Amino acid sequence: MKFWTKTVLAILPALILLGCETSGEVEDAADSGVMSSKTMDDSSSSATTSGVGSDDAASGESMGMGDKGGSFSGDPLDDPSSLLAKRVIYFDYDKTGVRSDYRDVIKAHAEYLAGHSNVSITLEGHADERGTREYNIALGEQRANAVQRMLTLQGVSASQVRVVSYGEERPAALGHEDDAWALNRRAEFIYSR
Amino acid sequence: MSVASGLVFVTSTAQAVLNIEITQGVEGAVPVSIVPFGWEVPQQNAQMPASLAPPKAPPVDIAAIVSADLERTGRFEPLPPKDMLARPHVDSEIKFSNWRIFQSENLVVGTLQYMGANRYKIRFRLFDVFKGKQLEGFSLSASGDNLRQAAHQVSDIIYEKLTGERGAFTTSVAYVTASGQGNARRYSLWIADADGFGPQSMMRSGEPILSPAWSPDGTQIAYASLEDKGHQVVFVQNVASGRREKVSFFKGINGAPSWSPDGKSLAVSLSKDGNPEIYVINLANKKRRRLTKHWAIDTEPTWTPDGKTIIFTSDRGGRPQLYQVAVTGGRSKRLTFEGQYNAKATVSRDGKKIAMIHRTEGKYRVAIMDRESGNLRVLTDGVLDESPSFAPNGSMIIYATSKGRRGILKAVSVDGSIHQQLTVPEGDVREPAWSPFTQ
Repeated sequence: MKFWTKTVLAILPALILLGCETSGEVEDAADSGVMSSKTMDDSSSSATTSGVGSDDAASGESMGMGDKGGSFSGDPLDDPSSLLAKRVIYFDYDKTGVRSDYRDVIKAHAEYLAGHSNVSITLEGHADERGTREYNIALGEQRANAVQRMLTLQGVSASQVRVVSYGEERPAALGHEDDAWALNRRAEFIYSR
Repeated sequence: MSVASGLVFVTSTAQAVLNIEITQGVEGAVPVSIVPFGWEVPQQNAQMPASLAPPKAPPVDIAAIVSADLERTGRFEPLPPKDMLARPHVDSEIKFSNWRIFQSENLVVGTLQYMGANRYKIRFRLFDVFKGKQLEGFSLSASGDNLRQAAHQVSDIIYEKLTGERGAFTTSVAYVTASGQGNARRYSLWIADADGFGPQSMMRSGEPILSPAWSPDGTQIAYASLEDKGHQVVFVQNVASGRREKVSFFKGINGAPSWSPDGKSLAVSLSKDGNPEIYVINLANKKRRRLTKHWAIDTEPTWTPDGKTIIFTSDRGGRPQLYQVAVTGGRSKRLTFEGQYNAKATVSRDGKKIAMIHRTEGKYRVAIMDRESGNLRVLTDGVLDESPSFAPNGSMIIYATSKGRRGILKAVSVDGSIHQQLTVPEGDVREPAWSPFTQ
């Protein structure tokens, strides 16, 4: 089981990098990121246009929605419709591998961070309350590390990412059932700007 | 317990007092009678300054403390004083027939005498009611500040005489409380007497505190703290002075401290190499030695009492299981094979039993394994049990669990027959660690 996870993690970044190289041709809004946005003129398909290369001017200046529905000027971090607005990656029970449905979210963060070397984040790893506390601290760290590995393989500098683990200590949901546990097995992007 | 003072020391508050109740005792607990002790003061002297006058009433009720201690074990059933037909204080006053009616097998009578200058003398005798024979007679002295501890010593003497097992009534328990929600959540590390009395705060933090562990001589506590913006680091704190030292603060996890039996080293889990590995840190020179080398999670190390082996949790087989490795290093050997989750081992003082958290039918419970036979037995019926810790006499295991939405502590006898519940008035309590014998 574990071996399987490790293997996928090793292969995954390669797949993502391949995806990056071809993203200029892929007309998929979810795939458009910092790399491709410069070449894509259709602003309605891009959530990240104005953030590229203008990190100072754009800092937190949200301009609101224009009449072109969905366009957003200002720091893409502030765009609620951007993939960057998704800051939580959820995990399966006792698993530390990133599920494939989160690759796009992580890619969006990777591209943003790679393009904004002055921005740093803390990746907080968490676990659900089941099992022992120190083992859960380790699980949380491995979850955050899995996300960090995907970021650095996509060009994010290691110095931009700080990893901590809270294990089961800081649950997002307080219940003692499956729904709450699913919300608590997570890694969170915490941007410090 | 000695009274602590120092930088991080704060005085005791009622908020953290542990209330201990028996939720299941043994079938046929032994009826005993602990008669309220006589109170003796020296003759008043007209020239005696008021400051030297004896207290008007005994500062502590010795018999009540002893009764509560014995009752809490689940093995004894003390007769309520209001039912007693007589209240003898010395042997010449005893009529055994007064106690045989209640089937009371044992009787304790005694006196508390004020000796002046805040000094007291406790004298007591333990009898076999049916044989009409004295089993033990003792006298001990204490200052007014230590009278409760002296009462627990009386309990220790009686318990050992009646059961053949050393009492653990004079020991302490460390635990962590958490109260408030969200950003207002606060964590505290406490030490209280084994009966929950007199909690002293050792450390408070806005970030979680984990894995308190007593040094073998009971003078220091190691723990892991997330106080540095979530970065987990290991501290060793002196119980008496409150002074503490950061002993492990590498990048990544620094957690799960466990003392070597000689008190000179700590085993910890460090993830500085990329994933958690077991290390031993020499506390004198801070030199560290790596014991495991595996890409899996290796954490929750604990020493065997002979100091030769470290047992730890690892998911190298795909699921968390217990493994052991020699402190000199080498190959790790898997110890648990029953079930898919066995973690957080702790070894009894005689080295024969390992308590752990074991998952069965989706529930996390305290189990105990015989090291020689490998036989595993589940002791509790909880859902989310954690952090088992042996009493130093090996009779009970204290652990954390939940009740409704709250974290509480429970204790279970190693044969599974006696259950206690330990609660604080508000918030959650977790991470219990029973102290070693300190005398």
